[in-house]
Amino acid sequence: MRVALFVTCLVDLFRPGVGFAAVRLLERLGAEVVVPPEQTCCGQPAYNSGDFANARAIARQVLDAFDGYAHVVVPSGSCAGMLVRHYPELFRDEPETLARAEALAARTRELSAFLAEHGSADTLDVRFAGRVAMHDSCSARRELGIGAAPRALLDALGAARVEFEDAEACCGFGGTFCVKYPDVSARMVSDKAHAVTASGADVLVSGDLGCLLNIAGRLKRMDSPVRVYHLAELLVGIDGVPGIGDGDTR
Amino acid sequence: MKPTSHAFADNAHRALDDATLQQALAKAGVGFVAKRRAAVAELPEFDALRQAGRAIKDHTLAHLDHYLLRFEETLQAAGGQLHWAETPDAACAAVLEICRDAGASIVAKGKSMVGEEIALNDALEGAGFEVVETDLGEYIIQIAHEPPSHIIAPAVHKTRAQIAALFEAHHRQPGLARPLESVPQIVDEAREVLREKFLSADVGITGANFLIAETGSTVIVTNEGNGDLSATLPRVHIVLASIEKVVPNLEDASVLLRLLARSATGQEITSYTSFFTGPRRSEDPDGPEEFHVVLLDNGRSRLLGGAFHDMLRCIRCGACLNHCPVYGAVGGHAYGWVYPGPMGAVLTPLMVGLEEGAPLPNASTLCGRCEEVCPMAIPLPKLLREHRRQEFDRGLVAGRSRWALAAWAFLARRPALYRLASRAGARLLHKLSRGRGRFAKLPLAQAWTAARDLPAPQGDTFMAQWRRSKRG
Ligand code: SF4
Repeated sequence: MRVALFVTCLVDLFRPGVGFAAVRLLERLGAEVVVPPEQTCCGQPAYNSGDFANARAIARQVLDAFDGYAHVVVPSGSCAGMLVRHYPELFRDEPETLARAEALAARTRELSAFLAEHGSADTLDVRFAGRVAMHDSCSARRELGIGAAPRALLDALGAARVEFEDAEACCGFGGTFCVKYPDVSARMVSDKAHAVTASGADVLVSGDLGCLLNIAGRLKRMDSPVRVYHLAELLVGIDGVPGIGDGDTR
Repeated sequence: MKPTSHAFADNAHRALDDATLQQALAKAGVGFVAKRRAAVAELPEFDALRQAGRAIKDHTLAHLDHYLLRFEETLQAAGGQLHWAETPDAACAAVLEICRDAGASIVAKGKSMVGEEIALNDALEGAGFEVVETDLGEYIIQIAHEPPSHIIAPAVHKTRAQIAALFEAHHRQPGLARPLESVPQIVDEAREVLREKFLSADVGITGANFLIAETGSTVIVTNEGNGDLSATLPRVHIVLASIEKVVPNLEDASVLLRLLARSATGQEITSYTSFFTGPRRSEDPDGPEEFHVVLLDNGRSRLLGGAFHDMLRCIRCGACLNHCPVYGAVGGHAYGWVYPGPMGAVLTPLMVGLEEGAPLPNASTLCGRCEEVCPMAIPLPKLLREHRRQEFDRGLVAGRSRWALAAWAFLARRPALYRLASRAGARLLHKLSRGRGRFAKLPLAQAWTAARDLPAPQGDTFMAQWRRSKRG
């Protein structure tokens, strides 16, 4: 099984460890992982800013880079949602490209969904017995309907899942929203960080690095003891790996 | 009402700093969400109902001309009169003329968002009529001289203490104080003051949740019964409605009513669902002598078949407001016009212009919770994005954002160059973080770092490390 990994721009830039964790998890399923070099970003910043011309240009680039792979895996619900739900929308009026976009959408999976579908729970080689809060990104939850898959993986790790208040609310990241309306965003992420801290979780995970950078940033500012990781990192073991926003010395 | 939507950022900032407002919002939000959730959970076929409701609206909108003309016929057959109004001014003029012809001095008004849209109170008061709001929430904001902050709960931004103080100031002669501590006491107080007015009003104005083409009826739902009193006691009843409110028949209305109550307040049905069909007939025990329907377009017909067509399905239930994290944080007034929240962020730019309303579609994370709860399955995030597209194409995006986006896109479209730039950026930031893992402050990142730290990159980019590894 050949799997093409769409790294995502945030993982590439901020948290390469998530990419390598994804590679390890996929290889344990027996996959040969390929990282097409012509990838940059899924184009969502342009799309959500109304710049459809650039969004289409970047989408075409992704269509080309991931042409011919039977499986495309993305360690982000947001970017996966862009490929799966929004590329077809972008090319609604271009039949040829639309067909390619729909084909890509059908081959693309968010990482935790792919792992769960392919029996990753049986191939994990670490355990984590701590209390874990799972944050679903809005895209994973509402655009892709992912919720059971990451939880099944956490259960396989032996983690104690803890619930927190208003879990279905957005964390306030929203791409450029967080810098366009910083005080509204700050309020939203504060509510989220308080709820997570109050849950008594040792660790917060999510499948989306955007949310994680945002929530971790607020948790650190509040001096919350909760450590923050991408789900993929927890699944390969976080011993000796500083959490998001934590220093080397921790 | 003069819109202040262009100043959303400032409005929002003030709202976030307003402790009393925050108290009121926190209380309201939780209640609405929990009630809707319970009501939907009790109805396993809610999704099927939603599909049925959507189909009814889609069908009606596809044949809107037919159903509107049919409604005109049946309304006239029942003895009512229809007044077509293309613009808010035309609608106000029609209402004023009816009031003048009736020789009215006091006008009793039930809750009507179309009334807000056309700024009817200003028009009536400007022409010398006394306007009495009979809906408790509307009455509260009327004496507070404020616009509504929610489409079904206009005074939701007020705390109980604020309302008691308002009543205290407006109803009391000095020394004549009655306690106004509990909700029932407040309601009783309002009832006493308002009942007088009902009895002396010459014209009653109400909104409409639906217009029934088959029967010429108008339908209104309330929980206070004030709509019925505004409609039946005065000599003349005027119904304000907009053209997308028409549905083919009573069966269709009943499907939509079930969706509306559950989505709005979590009720199976509102306390009062009133159907009005023409003026009083000879065998009727009560009812008005004249029955008028003022039907507003205000740009809606232009939306038919266009990018915003889906918005015409909206039944004004308010669920998207109640579930919106931005609305929940800043309340309705920050949106700067009549319609707030996600539905307002779509409608306001369409009704007051994209320039004035420009910030609203951007003030959203597109989290999709509104679309998820919308009983009419309106793709609100998609419509917000469509506004953003039009703003971008029309050059309404601020220079700095535009420039930053262009610079980023230039790189993102050139993978080799992008890899160099992202690598340089990641390494530089990693180095600057000096092993602390995050930044409390960073030049050009104040918007982020004002309230949260910025996690630092781990080191080299993934792409560079991958290439270096033997597999690359
Ligand atoms: S957009 Fe949907 S949820 Fe919002 S008010 Fe209209 S019908 Fe209700």
